[in-house]
Amino acid sequence: MSETTGGVEFDEESGGAIKKFMFVNRKAPYGTIYALEGLEVVLISAAFDQDVSMAFLDDGVYEIVKGQHTKAIGMKNFSPTYRALEGYDIEKLYVEKESLERRGLTVDNLIVPVEVLTSAEMGELMSQQEVLISF
Amino acid sequence: MKFGIMVNEGPYTHQATDTAFLFAKAAIEKGHEVARIFFYHDGVNNSSSLTEPPQDDRHIVNRWTKLAEEHNVDLVVCVAAAMRRGITEGNLAKGFRISGLGQLVEMGIQSDRLVVFGD
Repeated sequence: MSETTGGVEFDEESGGAIKKFMFVNRKAPYGTIYALEGLEVVLISAAFDQDVSMAFLDDGVYEIVKGQHTKAIGMKNFSPTYRALEGYDIEKLYVEKESLERRGLTVDNLIVPVEVLTSAEMGELMSQQEVLISF
Repeated sequence: MKFGIMVNEGPYTHQATDTAFLFAKAAIEKGHEVARIFFYHDGVNNSSSLTEPPQDDRHIVNRWTKLAEEHNVDLVVCVAAAMRRGITEGNLAKGFRISGLGQLVEMGIQSDRLVVFGD
């Protein structure tokens, strides 16, 4: 698949260039559409055989909290989709320690296995990424 | 330097779209390449041909169209985000095309830098 935009040739089937992608989730799952549309990008990225990871910071940690009930606000509960990420080979999930603690949460409150990093460690990990998209 | 640009906010309600435009224009003027601009979330509203700002205000949509025509910039609007917000081929402004999120990931792979504008 050669693109008209020029530059690096990229072939979806054979892999081509592999970059370190990180999707940074910073917002609560409901109230705005950022979390839901962000998750859609993550799912699509799985088809491109890239080195994909996700980070959850600030209110973004609420996206993967257990026991979401959305019926009363008339929204679709999309939290089960995070559990399906493993099936897409997206297994590198990071949560900022300070964000969890400030909200009175622990890893036991989360629906997916994550690695907890301090703010400084998260910054270091981000500096190693090639493509960072924040939602 | 090859830039990819992502616009995540709607026109007129948020500075992000103006800043993205000025960034793209400045980068091109400095001799950099802006191969593609990807519009997501409310950013898809940048592509509505129904946009009619007051005469004395900037026309954000026409500005993008002109940039695309003059500098061969690929303006891509996410299909799912567009459909949610009533943007279809029927009201898509000149210079834009509707495609999938794969175009965003591909832009990330092909660009030296991906710059995201939005909250």
